[in-house]
Amino acid sequence: MSDALILDKPRSPRRPAARRSNFELYSWLFMRISGLALVVLVLGHLFIMNILDGGVHRINFGFVAGRWASPFWQVWDLAMLWLAQIHGGNGLRTVINDYARKDSTRFWLKMLLYVSMVLIISLGTLVIFTFDPNITG
Amino acid sequence: MSAPAEEKTASGSRGSEPPVPDGAITVTVKIRRFNPEFDDEPRWDTFEVPALPSDRVLNLLHYLKWYVDGTLTFRRSCAHGICGSDAMRINGVNRLACKVLLKDLLAGGGKATTITIEPIKGLPVHKDLLVDMEPFFEAYRAVKPYLISYGNEPTRERIQSAADRERFDDTTKCILCAACTTSCPVYWTEGSYFGPAAIVNAHRFIFDSRDEAAEERLDILNDVDGVWRCRTTFNCTDACPRGIQVTKAIQEVKRALLFKRT
Ligand code: SF4
Ligand code: FES
Repeated sequence: MSDALILDKPRSPRRPAARRSNFELYSWLFMRISGLALVVLVLGHLFIMNILDGGVHRINFGFVAGRWASPFWQVWDLAMLWLAQIHGGNGLRTVINDYARKDSTRFWLKMLLYVSMVLIISLGTLVIFTFDPNITG
Repeated sequence: MSAPAEEKTASGSRGSEPPVPDGAITVTVKIRRFNPEFDDEPRWDTFEVPALPSDRVLNLLHYLKWYVDGTLTFRRSCAHGICGSDAMRINGVNRLACKVLLKDLLAGGGKATTITIEPIKGLPVHKDLLVDMEPFFEAYRAVKPYLISYGNEPTRERIQSAADRERFDDTTKCILCAACTTSCPVYWTEGSYFGPAAIVNAHRFIFDSRDEAAEERLDILNDVDGVWRCRTTFNCTDACPRGIQVTKAIQEVKRALLFKRT
Protein backbone atom coordinates (compact mmCIF):
# COMPACT_ATOMS: atom_id res chain seq x y z
CA MET A 1 0.00 0.00 0.00
CA SER A 2 2.86 2.34 0.60
CA ASP A 3 4.14 1.63 -2.89
CA ALA A 4 1.16 3.34 -4.42
CA LEU A 5 2.31 6.56 -2.81
CA ILE A 6 5.85 6.61 -4.12
CA LEU A 7 6.02 9.24 -6.82
CA ASP A 8 7.68 8.42 -10.05
CA LYS A 9 11.20 9.82 -10.22
CA PRO A 10 12.31 9.98 -13.81
CA ARG A 11 16.03 10.21 -14.64
CA SER A 12 17.08 9.94 -11.07
CA PRO A 13 19.54 7.48 -9.57
CA ARG A 14 17.78 5.11 -7.22
CA ARG A 15 18.85 4.12 -3.77
CA PRO A 16 18.55 0.56 -2.56
CA ALA A 17 15.58 0.11 -0.25
CA ALA A 18 16.26 0.54 3.46
CA ARG A 19 17.48 -2.69 5.03
CA ARG A 20 15.45 -2.34 8.21
CA SER A 21 18.46 -3.22 10.31
CA ASN A 22 19.47 -1.55 13.53
CA PHE A 23 23.16 -2.27 13.03
CA GLU A 24 24.20 1.36 12.53
CA LEU A 25 22.11 2.41 15.52
CA TYR A 26 23.77 -0.12 17.82
CA SER A 27 27.19 0.69 16.47
CA TRP A 28 26.59 4.39 17.18
CA LEU A 29 25.33 3.60 20.66
CA PHE A 30 28.25 1.28 21.33
CA MET A 31 30.69 4.07 20.45
CA ARG A 32 29.19 6.39 23.09
CA ILE A 33 29.01 3.76 25.84
CA SER A 34 32.40 2.15 25.19
CA GLY A 35 33.89 5.64 24.91
CA LEU A 36 32.69 6.49 28.39
CA ALA A 37 33.90 3.17 29.82
CA LEU A 38 37.29 3.62 28.14
CA VAL A 39 37.77 7.04 29.70
CA VAL A 40 37.59 5.42 33.13
CA LEU A 41 39.53 2.27 32.22
CA VAL A 42 42.35 3.95 30.31
CA LEU A 43 42.82 6.90 32.65
CA GLY A 44 42.78 4.51 35.62
CA HIS A 45 45.30 2.29 33.87
CA LEU A 46 47.60 5.19 33.03
CA PHE A 47 47.35 6.48 36.58
CA ILE A 48 48.28 3.14 38.13
CA MET A 49 51.04 2.43 35.66
CA ASN A 50 52.69 5.82 35.41
CA ILE A 51 51.95 7.83 38.53
CA LEU A 52 51.09 5.67 41.53
CA ASP A 53 54.03 4.82 43.81
CA GLY A 54 57.12 4.93 41.68
CA GLY A 55 55.41 5.03 38.30
CA VAL A 56 56.91 3.21 35.35
CA HIS A 57 60.14 2.41 37.13
CA ARG A 58 58.60 -0.28 39.28
CA ILE A 59 57.01 -2.12 36.38
CA ASN A 60 58.65 -5.47 35.73
CA PHE A 61 57.69 -9.07 35.24
CA GLY A 62 56.88 -9.53 38.92
CA PHE A 63 54.62 -6.47 38.97
CA VAL A 64 52.57 -7.70 36.03
CA ALA A 65 52.45 -11.21 37.45
CA GLY A 66 51.21 -9.84 40.77
CA ARG A 67 48.47 -7.83 39.13
CA TRP A 68 47.22 -10.62 36.93
CA ALA A 69 46.99 -12.92 39.92
CA SER A 70 43.83 -10.99 40.79
CA PRO A 71 40.72 -11.61 38.69
CA PHE A 72 39.81 -7.92 39.12
CA TRP A 73 42.80 -6.72 37.11
CA GLN A 74 42.35 -9.53 34.63
CA VAL A 75 38.80 -8.36 33.93
CA TRP A 76 39.94 -4.73 33.84
CA ASP A 77 42.61 -5.43 31.26
CA LEU A 78 40.36 -7.72 29.30
CA ALA A 79 37.62 -5.09 29.14
CA MET A 80 40.15 -2.48 28.09
CA LEU A 81 41.50 -4.72 25.35
CA TRP A 82 38.13 -5.63 23.91
CA LEU A 83 36.53 -2.22 24.18
CA ALA A 84 39.55 -0.38 22.77
CA GLN A 85 39.86 -2.80 19.86
CA ILE A 86 36.20 -2.75 18.95
CA HIS A 87 35.81 0.99 19.56
CA GLY A 88 38.88 1.80 17.49
CA GLY A 89 37.99 -0.77 14.85
CA ASN A 90 34.47 0.55 14.48
CA GLY A 91 35.83 4.08 14.23
CA LEU A 92 38.17 2.99 11.46
CA ARG A 93 35.28 1.21 9.78
CA THR A 94 33.38 4.51 9.54
CA VAL A 95 36.52 6.25 8.27
CA ILE A 96 36.89 3.59 5.58
CA ASN A 97 33.20 3.91 4.70
CA ASP A 98 33.68 7.65 4.29
CA TYR A 99 36.90 7.73 2.34
CA ALA A 100 37.18 4.58 0.25
CA ARG A 101 36.03 5.44 -3.26
CA LYS A 102 35.81 2.00 -4.82
CA ASP A 103 33.77 -0.91 -3.47
CA SER A 104 36.72 -3.26 -3.82
CA THR A 105 39.09 -0.93 -1.92
CA ARG A 106 36.47 -0.58 0.76
CA PHE A 107 36.03 -4.35 1.02
CA TRP A 108 39.74 -5.16 1.29
CA LEU A 109 40.52 -2.37 3.73
CA LYS A 110 37.72 -3.61 5.95
CA MET A 111 38.92 -7.19 5.69
CA LEU A 112 42.40 -6.10 6.72
CA LEU A 113 40.89 -4.20 9.63
CA TYR A 114 38.72 -7.08 10.81
CA VAL A 115 41.53 -9.63 10.56
CA SER A 116 43.88 -7.43 12.56
CA MET A 117 41.18 -6.85 15.18
CA VAL A 118 40.50 -10.56 15.56
CA LEU A 119 44.22 -11.32 15.77
CA ILE A 120 44.98 -8.71 18.41
CA ILE A 121 41.91 -9.49 20.48
CA SER A 122 42.57 -13.24 20.50
CA LEU A 123 46.26 -12.87 21.19
CA GLY A 124 45.63 -10.44 24.06
CA THR A 125 42.87 -12.58 25.53
CA LEU A 126 45.04 -15.65 25.32
CA VAL A 127 47.88 -13.93 27.16
CA ILE A 128 45.62 -12.60 29.91
CA PHE A 129 44.12 -16.02 30.62
CA THR A 130 47.09 -18.29 30.09
CA PHE A 131 49.70 -16.08 31.72
CA ASP A 132 52.06 -18.22 33.77
CA PRO A 133 53.78 -16.34 36.59
CA ASN A 134 56.17 -19.20 37.24
CA ILE A 135 57.80 -19.00 33.85
CA THR A 136 61.56 -19.05 34.17
CA GLY A 137 63.74 -17.08 31.95
CA MET B 1 35.30 48.41 -38.69
CA SER B 2 34.68 49.22 -35.10
CA ALA B 3 33.59 45.71 -34.26
CA PRO B 4 36.85 44.45 -32.72
CA ALA B 5 37.19 47.44 -30.43
CA GLU B 6 33.59 47.04 -29.35
CA GLU B 7 34.06 43.36 -28.65
CA LYS B 8 36.99 44.08 -26.42
CA THR B 9 35.16 46.44 -24.14
CA ALA B 10 31.55 45.31 -24.31
CA SER B 11 32.10 41.84 -22.92
CA GLY B 12 29.37 42.02 -20.31
CA SER B 13 25.79 41.17 -21.17
CA ARG B 14 24.64 44.74 -20.52
CA GLY B 15 27.47 46.65 -22.12
CA SER B 16 30.71 48.06 -20.91
CA GLU B 17 29.70 51.18 -19.06
CA PRO B 18 28.84 50.20 -15.55
CA PRO B 19 27.19 52.76 -13.34
CA VAL B 20 29.63 53.41 -10.53
CA PRO B 21 27.88 55.07 -7.61
CA ASP B 22 29.44 57.76 -5.44
CA GLY B 23 31.37 56.44 -2.50
CA ALA B 24 32.16 53.14 -4.16
CA ILE B 25 35.28 51.32 -2.99
CA THR B 26 37.23 48.83 -5.04
CA VAL B 27 37.36 45.26 -3.82
CA THR B 28 39.12 42.26 -5.32
CA VAL B 29 36.87 39.36 -6.18
CA LYS B 30 38.49 35.97 -6.77
CA ILE B 31 36.19 33.48 -8.43
CA ARG B 32 36.78 29.77 -8.87
CA ARG B 33 35.81 29.19 -12.49
CA PHE B 34 35.43 26.20 -14.73
CA ASN B 35 34.33 26.02 -18.33
CA PRO B 36 33.92 22.38 -19.36
CA GLU B 37 34.52 23.30 -23.02
CA PHE B 38 38.03 24.68 -22.47
CA ASP B 39 39.28 23.88 -18.99
CA ASP B 40 40.60 20.60 -17.71
CA GLU B 41 40.85 21.97 -14.22
CA PRO B 42 39.04 24.75 -12.39
CA ARG B 43 41.01 28.00 -12.28
CA TRP B 44 40.91 31.25 -10.32
CA ASP B 45 39.86 34.49 -12.01
CA THR B 46 40.48 37.81 -10.30
CA PHE B 47 38.48 40.98 -10.84
CA GLU B 48 38.48 44.47 -9.39
CA VAL B 49 34.95 45.58 -8.63
CA PRO B 50 33.71 48.99 -7.48
CA ALA B 51 31.02 48.50 -4.87
CA LEU B 52 29.20 50.10 -1.98
CA PRO B 53 29.43 48.64 1.53
CA SER B 54 25.67 48.16 1.42
CA ASP B 55 25.93 45.96 -1.66
CA ARG B 56 25.39 42.26 -1.43
CA VAL B 57 27.84 39.77 -2.90
CA LEU B 58 25.19 39.05 -5.51
CA ASN B 59 25.49 42.67 -6.71
CA LEU B 60 29.20 42.15 -7.29
CA LEU B 61 28.47 39.06 -9.36
CA HIS B 62 25.84 40.99 -11.33
CA TYR B 63 28.35 43.75 -11.97
CA LEU B 64 30.82 41.23 -13.34
CA LYS B 65 28.29 39.39 -15.47
CA TRP B 66 26.59 42.49 -16.81
CA TYR B 67 29.56 44.72 -17.47
CA VAL B 68 32.79 42.76 -17.39
CA ASP B 69 32.43 39.12 -18.37
CA GLY B 70 29.13 37.87 -19.70
CA THR B 71 30.28 34.27 -19.55
CA LEU B 72 30.35 34.20 -15.77
CA THR B 73 27.76 31.61 -14.80
CA PHE B 74 25.81 31.33 -11.55
CA ARG B 75 22.27 30.73 -10.36
CA ARG B 76 20.05 33.29 -8.76
CA SER B 77 16.41 34.07 -8.92
CA CYS B 78 14.67 35.96 -6.16
CA ALA B 79 17.70 37.90 -4.87
CA HIS B 80 15.99 38.05 -1.49
CA GLY B 81 16.96 34.88 0.31
CA ILE B 82 13.80 32.97 -0.53
CA CYS B 83 14.36 30.78 -3.57
CA GLY B 84 17.58 29.15 -2.36
CA SER B 85 19.29 29.14 -5.74
CA ASP B 86 22.48 31.11 -5.04
CA ALA B 87 24.23 29.15 -2.30
CA MET B 88 27.99 29.42 -2.81
CA ARG B 89 31.21 29.27 -0.82
CA ILE B 90 32.03 32.86 0.07
CA ASN B 91 35.37 33.31 1.83
CA GLY B 92 35.34 29.61 2.58
CA VAL B 93 31.87 29.33 4.12
CA ASN B 94 28.56 28.46 2.50
CA ARG B 95 26.29 31.46 2.20
CA LEU B 96 23.58 32.83 -0.07
CA ALA B 97 25.20 35.51 -2.23
CA CYS B 98 22.03 37.58 -1.92
CA LYS B 99 22.20 37.64 1.87
CA VAL B 100 25.84 38.56 2.48
CA LEU B 101 26.57 42.27 2.69
CA LEU B 102 29.88 43.62 1.49
CA LYS B 103 30.32 45.65 4.66
CA ASP B 104 30.56 42.42 6.64
CA LEU B 105 33.42 41.20 4.46
CA LEU B 106 35.52 44.38 4.39
CA ALA B 107 39.05 44.03 5.71
CA GLY B 108 39.49 46.34 8.66
CA GLY B 109 42.14 49.04 9.07
CA GLY B 110 41.97 50.41 5.53
CA LYS B 111 43.44 47.24 4.06
CA ALA B 112 42.41 46.03 0.62
CA THR B 113 39.55 43.55 0.63
CA THR B 114 39.64 40.26 -1.25
CA ILE B 115 36.56 38.10 -1.50
CA THR B 116 36.81 34.53 -2.70
CA ILE B 117 33.82 32.86 -4.28
CA GLU B 118 33.65 29.15 -5.08
CA PRO B 119 30.89 26.76 -6.06
CA ILE B 120 29.40 24.74 -3.21
CA LYS B 121 31.46 21.65 -2.53
CA GLY B 122 30.56 18.01 -3.02
CA LEU B 123 28.30 18.37 -6.06
CA PRO B 124 29.60 18.08 -9.65
CA VAL B 125 30.39 21.49 -11.17
CA HIS B 126 28.71 22.18 -14.53
CA LYS B 127 30.21 25.61 -15.10
CA ASP B 128 31.72 28.28 -12.84
CA LEU B 129 29.44 28.51 -9.79
CA LEU B 130 26.74 26.33 -11.28
CA VAL B 131 26.60 22.82 -9.85
CA ASP B 132 24.52 19.75 -10.61
CA MET B 133 21.85 19.69 -7.91
CA GLU B 134 20.40 16.32 -8.91
CA PRO B 135 22.24 14.20 -6.28
CA PHE B 136 21.02 16.65 -3.65
CA PHE B 137 17.40 16.43 -4.78
CA GLU B 138 17.62 12.67 -5.14
CA ALA B 139 18.44 12.40 -1.44
CA TYR B 140 15.63 14.84 -0.69
CA ARG B 141 13.06 12.79 -2.61
CA ALA B 142 14.29 9.56 -1.05
CA VAL B 143 13.01 10.59 2.40
CA LYS B 144 9.44 11.04 1.07
CA PRO B 145 9.04 14.74 1.82
CA TYR B 146 5.28 14.88 1.51
CA LEU B 147 2.34 14.15 3.78
CA ILE B 148 1.42 10.48 3.86
CA SER B 149 -1.73 9.20 5.50
CA TYR B 150 -3.54 5.92 5.19
CA GLY B 151 -7.20 5.03 5.43
CA ASN B 152 -10.11 7.19 4.42
CA GLU B 153 -9.74 10.86 3.67
CA PRO B 154 -11.14 12.94 6.50
CA THR B 155 -14.16 15.01 5.58
CA ARG B 156 -12.89 17.95 7.58
CA GLU B 157 -9.58 19.76 7.83
CA ARG B 158 -6.79 17.81 9.58
CA ILE B 159 -6.68 19.61 12.90
CA GLN B 160 -3.39 20.10 14.72
CA SER B 161 -2.73 21.75 18.06
CA ALA B 162 -0.36 24.68 18.32
CA ALA B 163 1.96 22.58 20.48
CA ASP B 164 2.06 19.81 17.86
CA ARG B 165 2.78 22.35 15.14
CA GLU B 166 5.62 23.78 17.20
CA ARG B 167 7.53 20.49 17.21
CA PHE B 168 8.55 20.77 13.58
CA ASP B 169 8.23 24.51 13.10
CA ASP B 170 11.96 25.05 12.65
CA THR B 171 12.32 22.53 9.85
CA THR B 172 9.44 23.96 7.80
CA LYS B 173 11.65 26.93 6.97
CA CYS B 174 13.99 25.07 4.63
CA ILE B 175 14.41 26.55 1.15
CA LEU B 176 16.50 23.64 -0.22
CA CYS B 177 19.53 25.79 -0.98
CA ALA B 178 21.95 22.91 -0.23
CA ALA B 179 24.22 25.15 1.84
CA CYS B 180 24.06 22.70 4.74
CA THR B 181 24.57 19.47 2.82
CA THR B 182 27.52 20.88 0.88
CA SER B 183 29.17 22.15 4.07
CA CYS B 184 29.17 18.68 5.58
CA PRO B 185 32.56 16.90 5.57
CA VAL B 186 30.83 13.53 5.59
CA TYR B 187 28.93 14.49 2.44
CA TRP B 188 32.13 15.73 0.73
CA THR B 189 33.73 12.33 1.05
CA GLU B 190 30.64 10.14 0.69
CA GLY B 191 27.95 11.38 -1.66
CA SER B 192 25.55 8.59 -0.78
CA TYR B 193 25.05 10.07 2.71
CA PHE B 194 21.56 11.60 2.79
CA GLY B 195 22.98 14.84 4.12
CA PRO B 196 21.54 17.42 6.49
CA ALA B 197 18.94 18.92 4.14
CA ALA B 198 17.24 15.58 3.45
CA ILE B 199 17.18 14.84 7.19
CA VAL B 200 15.74 18.29 7.93
CA ASN B 201 12.94 17.65 5.46
CA ALA B 202 12.32 14.17 6.83
CA HIS B 203 12.18 15.72 10.31
CA ARG B 204 9.51 18.11 9.07
CA PHE B 205 7.16 15.16 8.42
CA ILE B 206 8.37 12.67 11.04
CA PHE B 207 7.30 15.03 13.81
CA ASP B 208 4.08 16.14 12.13
CA SER B 209 1.14 14.69 14.06
CA ARG B 210 -0.96 14.50 10.87
CA ASP B 211 1.54 12.33 9.03
CA GLU B 212 1.48 8.55 9.31
CA ALA B 213 4.71 7.49 7.68
CA ALA B 214 7.21 8.40 10.39
CA GLU B 215 8.20 4.72 10.65
CA GLU B 216 9.02 4.48 6.95
CA ARG B 217 11.19 7.57 7.02
CA LEU B 218 12.91 6.50 10.22
CA ASP B 219 13.73 3.14 8.62
CA ILE B 220 15.27 4.95 5.67
CA LEU B 221 17.36 7.18 7.91
CA ASN B 222 18.38 4.26 10.16
CA ASP B 223 20.42 2.71 7.36
CA VAL B 224 24.16 3.08 6.55
CA ASP B 225 23.68 6.35 4.70
CA GLY B 226 21.34 7.83 7.27
CA VAL B 227 21.61 9.83 10.48
CA TRP B 228 24.27 7.64 12.10
CA ARG B 229 26.76 9.00 9.59
CA CYS B 230 26.44 12.43 11.20
CA ARG B 231 29.57 13.42 13.18
CA THR B 232 27.94 16.44 14.83
CA THR B 233 30.35 18.97 13.35
CA PHE B 234 27.71 21.73 13.30
CA ASN B 235 28.86 23.00 9.87
CA CYS B 236 25.27 22.65 8.67
CA THR B 237 23.78 24.76 11.43
CA ASP B 238 26.38 27.42 10.76
CA ALA B 239 25.69 27.39 7.03
CA CYS B 240 21.89 27.51 7.06
CA PRO B 241 20.71 30.90 5.76
CA ARG B 242 17.32 30.31 7.34
CA GLY B 243 18.78 29.89 10.80
CA ILE B 244 17.46 26.34 11.12
CA GLN B 245 19.04 24.36 13.97
CA VAL B 246 20.03 21.67 11.52
CA THR B 247 22.25 19.61 13.82
CA LYS B 248 19.55 19.69 16.49
CA ALA B 249 17.00 18.36 14.01
CA ILE B 250 19.37 15.52 13.13
CA GLN B 251 19.85 14.78 16.84
CA GLU B 252 16.07 14.66 17.29
CA VAL B 253 15.79 12.08 14.55
CA LYS B 254 18.54 10.03 16.22
CA ARG B 255 16.70 10.26 19.50
CA ALA B 256 13.43 9.17 17.87
CA LEU B 257 15.24 6.12 16.53
CA LEU B 258 16.92 5.32 19.85
CA PHE B 259 13.84 5.67 22.01
CA LYS B 260 11.25 4.76 19.39
CA ARG B 261 9.37 7.95 19.95
CA THR B 262 8.17 10.51 17.44
S1 SF4 C 1 18.34 23.33 6.07
FE1 SF4 C 1 18.99 25.47 5.68
S2 SF4 C 1 20.99 25.25 4.64
FE2 SF4 C 1 19.97 23.26 4.49
S3 SF4 C 1 18.94 23.30 2.51
FE3 SF4 C 1 17.44 23.97 4.07
S4 SF4 C 1 17.61 26.22 4.09
FE4 SF4 C 1 19.42 25.46 3.01
S1 FES D 1 18.66 34.49 -5.17
FE1 FES D 1 16.99 33.51 -4.18
S2 FES D 1 17.91 32.93 -2.32
FE2 FES D 1 19.46 34.15 -3.18
